[in-house]
Amino acid sequence: MLNRKLFGVVIGVGALVGGANLAHADEVYIPLISKGFQHQFWQAVKAGAEQGAKEHKVRITFEGPETEAMVDKQIDMLSAALAKKPQALGIAALDSKAAIPLLRRAQAAKIPVIAFDSGVDSDIPLTTCSTDNLAAAALAADKMAEAIGNAGEVGVIVHDQTSRTGIDRRDGFLNEMKSKHPNVKIVSVQYGGGDHLKSAEIAKAMIQANPNLKGIFGANEGSAEGAAIGVKESGKKLVLIGYDSGKEQKDDINSGLMAGAITQNPIGIGKCVVDSAVKALKGEKLPKKVDTGFYWYDKSNMNDPKIAAVLYD
Amino acid sequence: MQPDSSALTGQRRLTGLRARIFSPTALQKLLAFASLILLLVFFSFASPAFMQMDNILGILQATAVNGVLAIASTFVIITGGIDLSVGTLMTFTAVICGVFLTYWHLPMWLGVIAAIGTGAICGTISGTLTAKMKIPPFIATLGMMLLLKGLSLVVSADKPIYFTDTENFYMISQDSLIGYLVPSLPIPNAVLILFFLAIVSSVTLNRTALGRYTFALGSNEEAVRLSGVNVDRWKIAIYGLGGAICGIAGLLIASRLNSAQPALGQGYELEAIAAVVIGGTSLSGGSGTILGTIIGAFIMSVLTNGLRIMSVAQEWQIVVTGLIIILAVYADILRRRKS
Repeated sequence: MLNRKLFGVVIGVGALVGGANLAHADEVYIPLISKGFQHQFWQAVKAGAEQGAKEHKVRITFEGPETEAMVDKQIDMLSAALAKKPQALGIAALDSKAAIPLLRRAQAAKIPVIAFDSGVDSDIPLTTCSTDNLAAAALAADKMAEAIGNAGEVGVIVHDQTSRTGIDRRDGFLNEMKSKHPNVKIVSVQYGGGDHLKSAEIAKAMIQANPNLKGIFGANEGSAEGAAIGVKESGKKLVLIGYDSGKEQKDDINSGLMAGAITQNPIGIGKCVVDSAVKALKGEKLPKKVDTGFYWYDKSNMNDPKIAAVLYD
Repeated sequence: MQPDSSALTGQRRLTGLRARIFSPTALQKLLAFASLILLLVFFSFASPAFMQMDNILGILQATAVNGVLAIASTFVIITGGIDLSVGTLMTFTAVICGVFLTYWHLPMWLGVIAAIGTGAICGTISGTLTAKMKIPPFIATLGMMLLLKGLSLVVSADKPIYFTDTENFYMISQDSLIGYLVPSLPIPNAVLILFFLAIVSSVTLNRTALGRYTFALGSNEEAVRLSGVNVDRWKIAIYGLGGAICGIAGLLIASRLNSAQPALGQGYELEAIAAVVIGGTSLSGGSGTILGTIIGAFIMSVLTNGLRIMSVAQEWQIVVTGLIIILAVYADILRRRKS
């Protein structure tokens, strides 16, 4: 009896997922393996890729592991994607060395590989669609220095210490301060995993430990929004600079809690991947790198159509 | 649960066999096995890409690490305990292995011993915390989980340690011994290690004193204590064994990625526990099998892979996995109520 019950359930679940699988044989299929899928940033990349897919009439899927530490899960996703015999492949590798054996397999099967968000240390990807994070974080440092009068103590909250974006944004910010604004002192660099709550606690502790703190830079969406919560709860007035967008960050900039933020162009990144893949399939030559751009935005230019187009909720 | 061992008469063996096949545990195993077959059949029909050699190898490779962690968890869970530190312990042993091989340039076999030894030591510490200091296992291993996560980051200075200097290190997971013998069947070594470990663990569990005490502790710890057994020592040994097995998982994941990734590991303990529970091991202790756990681990990875191959939206993949875990445990409860 139990057997029958379980059988029924398996069939039921099967029917549930079976409905989602209406593949067409002659369609061009391009899986995108991302670094994550839950953050609004990745959702915006996905939206951009879907936009591109609609334009070029190709089919895409978009997948990424739950946290950016799960290198092996991403490799499993890549392996499953290749098993589906795609025409092209987009990949934002968490650890580029770990992904290389499978990317070689893709290359051997003549599947064009397009890297996005961060590059892969190899010549397999035909091109890389990404933001220059070092330059973008340097711009954040310039804006921070300007806002605090070129002197004083500043803290930095980064999402993690192992990923390329985490390292680049931290180093871009620290190096720019060191070389261009020697009177600004970085008193603390902490890592909150991009988690709102953890980042908020970190911000509060920073404010507590450094009474003269003049500003905090949050290096991604979760870090910045968390920092804003921490600053609000501590009741202090600080210069807060964020990264990426999201509804909370936009609201905080509108309300004046946050001075402004750097935005990448996630929709552009997603679209760039699909565009590049389609071009590669047509045999067109691709540039080694596509800089998808970044912008500074604050209350004054948030509604500028050029900026508003790359912000997301 | 009394593992039968010695010589039985033919008649008794027959009834014994029948009893084993139709015993509640065996039924649960059959159920789990039947669901695994059903999943395989279903996905094969759902997508032609599923039953391809490359994809099957991908599934096997994806099961290896979780399978080994699940074996480690099985021992501890049968005692009625829980080990939340298996995931980050795995990472820590990988990092220590990296320190031996890449920082200190020691030969590979020393790195292997270091990983397994580190695992055993950390497991022994967890065991001591629960057995001697009477900290509930949930809390003791939660503490160890965080402690080891932090230590991994500290020791590696937050950076992945690559095994580029140890040329053959990748072979532990990625090479295929079977592939040399049967070129058409390149099953990765990681999977061989999983199966070999499963057999050794199963024998340990069913045919040794350690195994008997594992079950006895889970059924009635007080009775075991009152019969004059040094309960603490056995418990520490079981946690130590679990830790050593985590060291093997550390080697497998490090070899697969050719690097020790210090930030990885948290969350893996829950997947291991899920595999154990789907395989019919009771969280309240006293019963369970390694075979069930291996089947549980395969159900998890076949499900994940199959849903991916079918291009099911990722959000729904998670929902379905959750449903399967709830169902599996419910089936277990129904079975218990009957028996």
